[in-house]
Amino acid sequence: MATTLDRSADPATGSGLLRIPHEPSWVRLVGIVGVLAFVGAQAVGVLTSPPDRDMGDLQKIMYVHVPAAWNAFIAFLVVALASIGVLVTNDERADLLAAAAAEVGATLTALTLMLGSIWGRPTWGVWWTWDARLTSTAVLLVIFVGYLTLREYAEEPERRMRWSAAVGIIGALNVPIVYMSVRWWRTLHQIQSSPATVDPHYVIGLRANAIAILLLLVFFIARRYHLSRIENALAQRAERRALFGPEIGEDRHAGA
Amino acid sequence: MSLDPPLGIRDEMSRMRAVAWKDLTAERRSKSNLNGVVFLAVMMLVLFGFALGPDAEALRSAAAGVLWLTILFSGVLAFNRSYQLELEGDALETLLLYPGERWPIFLGKLVANLVFVLLVEVVVVPMASVLYNLAVWRALPSLLTVLVLGTIGFVTLGTFYAAMASRVRAREVLLPLLLFPMLVPLLVASVGATMALLSGNAMGDAASWMRGLAAFDAIYLIASTLAFPYVIEV
Repeated sequence: MATTLDRSADPATGSGLLRIPHEPSWVRLVGIVGVLAFVGAQAVGVLTSPPDRDMGDLQKIMYVHVPAAWNAFIAFLVVALASIGVLVTNDERADLLAAAAAEVGATLTALTLMLGSIWGRPTWGVWWTWDARLTSTAVLLVIFVGYLTLREYAEEPERRMRWSAAVGIIGALNVPIVYMSVRWWRTLHQIQSSPATVDPHYVIGLRANAIAILLLLVFFIARRYHLSRIENALAQRAERRALFGPEIGEDRHAGA
Repeated sequence: MSLDPPLGIRDEMSRMRAVAWKDLTAERRSKSNLNGVVFLAVMMLVLFGFALGPDAEALRSAAAGVLWLTILFSGVLAFNRSYQLELEGDALETLLLYPGERWPIFLGKLVANLVFVLLVEVVVVPMASVLYNLAVWRALPSLLTVLVLGTIGFVTLGTFYAAMASRVRAREVLLPLLLFPMLVPLLVASVGATMALLSGNAMGDAASWMRGLAAFDAIYLIASTLAFPYVIEV
């Protein structure tokens, strides 16, 4: 916690220099592989599948749209699990993981909606329709924007941690309920039919993209997580320096 | 947490009643909030009418949605206040220091807010039936059940989120931002049931929506009662 000072690292005794955590090297590796895989997956998608009979090349949007949605769900699952972890262990790292996953999940959800909208305009003739999936995805986005806003507003670290964990769990709990309720709402009104199943030609491109975006997801969450840990450690060091002066053995030019 | 022996369920229930009674007494003595919220709700019904136009048939078909949005938008003003009164007098700390569990505090506030919103509805629903020319008498018992079920879910999540939102700077913005996305299933089900009942429930849809509402209430009553101790103590 940024607010508690570790007495064992008191500079008067010269022991326990505050360590700034390092990002493990696998994170960068996953990032590089992820970007290459993402580029490769688009090549595979474009080259292996013929233009769709009805949609033409517009169908290629699906290669990013659908896997982005899948991975957004994975991100929100991480938020829910990490939030439970916060309430059980009271560990700050679980909180930072949940926050990182929520940011990446919200971005992927927004990407999904935007791509869907771009696809929907020429296909359905509208940018938006009150279809069950569209609507519940939009609600999911708003729930996690609320979660991230709460993190902005709650200033004390202890509060932010507990509050966002509770909101994260209850928000995740709402996702299946929203989906069911909206689907019910649609079926009672009977307007939208579900899209046709996917042709085998498109499966490779879809799978390749799912893996590529999964790698990018892991990379972004891991990098955001380590960044927050470094930020916290630097804030803690600055606070300690303000109270006790520079630590013995600390590089004066490094860090905050 | 406390050193005192744990209280029995009977004592906790009486603590819950005490919290609810305290909140309602404070509200009854000032009345400022209830009067304002009721007036706002009635005004919203009128404004929705202007926005929708004078076509009687269009108004009637939109009435269920208008009624529930009016309840949600006016009721949301009650929840922050229920904690703000505590914060103004530095009473929340004291309330938490009393021996016993946290859930009676939550349920007590929930009951007080429930009474508050139901009182608003006592005015709003007859007003809506007059202004929008609704046949509320035809299915009154079922309609009241839908109102109570919908209000329980609304007040449960409202009381829970206000425990956090009321303690930050931007409380007026944060509470609706957290609360309303969560209420989408509740709104869908409440409006669905109300609409079915107002139009004679020919398809028998109302019952399935009401079951959905009851499930929503049960899930969030349990989840927020369990989560409340974590958010109130920090």
